[in-house]
Amino acid sequence: MEVPILKQGAFLIATFQAALSDADLNQLRMGLVQQVVKFRSRAVIVDVTAMDVMDSFASRTLREIAHMIRLRGAETVIVGIQPEVAFAMVQLGLTLEGVATALDLEEGLAYLNEKFKTTN
Amino acid sequence: MSKRDVASVPPESKRNEEPSELLRELVAHLRQNRTQLREEWVVRISETRLLTAMTKEEIFAEATSVYDSYVEALETEAFEALQAYARNLSERIIPRGVETHEVVGIVLLLRDVLARSLFAKYQNDFKKLNRILDAYEPAANRIANTVAVGFVQERERVIRQQQEAIRELSTPVLQVRERLLILPIIGVIDPQRARQLTEQLLRGIRTNRAKVVVIDITGVAAMDVTVANHLVQTVEASRLLGATVIVTGLSPEIAQTLVTIGVDLGKMNTVGDLQGGIEQAERLLGYKVATLAEPR
Repeated sequence: MEVPILKQGAFLIATFQAALSDADLNQLRMGLVQQVVKFRSRAVIVDVTAMDVMDSFASRTLREIAHMIRLRGAETVIVGIQPEVAFAMVQLGLTLEGVATALDLEEGLAYLNEKFKTTN
Repeated sequence: MSKRDVASVPPESKRNEEPSELLRELVAHLRQNRTQLREEWVVRISETRLLTAMTKEEIFAEATSVYDSYVEALETEAFEALQAYARNLSERIIPRGVETHEVVGIVLLLRDVLARSLFAKYQNDFKKLNRILDAYEPAANRIANTVAVGFVQERERVIRQQQEAIRELSTPVLQVRERLLILPIIGVIDPQRARQLTEQLLRGIRTNRAKVVVIDITGVAAMDVTVANHLVQTVEASRLLGATVIVTGLSPEIAQTLVTIGVDLGKMNTVGDLQGGIEQAERLLGYKVATLAEPR
């Protein structure tokens, strides 16, 4: 199932559905990296609220997305990680270091708005 | 086999006398000499300084009911009533600080007192004494076992209940300001409690929409490597939920542990005491605390 990428002002929002195959994840990664420059977006929000399991591939892909987006001149925020998933990820050593995180979509938007307020 | 048949067989095959019949004889003997034997037992109990937490009258009252249930268990060979009594007794005496060795001790004393009275009664008929003891000993040992196990089980139940109570009391996640949680940890943290703390904290972050969490471990004297690692993981997991964790009140020993396991200090936000932690949290949240007037 393909992940839709929504444009919301200066940001792009991608919402994960429950079960994503590795191919879907790869497709999402390429889609985001292409569109972030095409729409001249300042940031990308990846919402993973629906994921109650996060395997190492998904986690690594998230980190790669964040780093690629940064190389393309924008920022990434991961939002909506479930408490159980968060602890399982940490135990597997998947801590998404260097990637911004927020509680949910609202918080992620608030974080980005705050961050870009001064530079607007 | 009826009694009349037994009487007609030659004396040497009397060895095959029913054990239950012997037990009946035994029980009759114990009933007859109840007052005297019970007295003797109580004297032995105070001589050996058992049950010092209880008064003489209490010991006598308990001894009476233990004696009666003991004889009854010998008679009926049904241990349920005795078991229930042992549990009930344990429930009453555990809060008064009666120890396991005391309970086992008094039951063994009773066993010995009764055995002695049997020796005295059958001293002229050694074969009969042997047979009586054959019937008495297994039953008596089983009684001692039942009482001891009942006591220990009751004690374990009490301990479990208390652990549960402590666990529930000991993990509050408190909101002190909008979006600011405090998790004060006091006492010993074992891996199980650490896991529970983490679960509660992560859930608390979600329900309170917290942005900053202060974990205060002033009340924790030391933690082992497993728990220290767990603490670090909790900090990282909280970050994945978008919350910043500030750890306050690290004791020198815990600081040593964290250094030994090589924690990446860039991930850990630590402040000396709880007050400093809350002040830092307020800064992060954009609060500014000002004094409106001089305190009276």
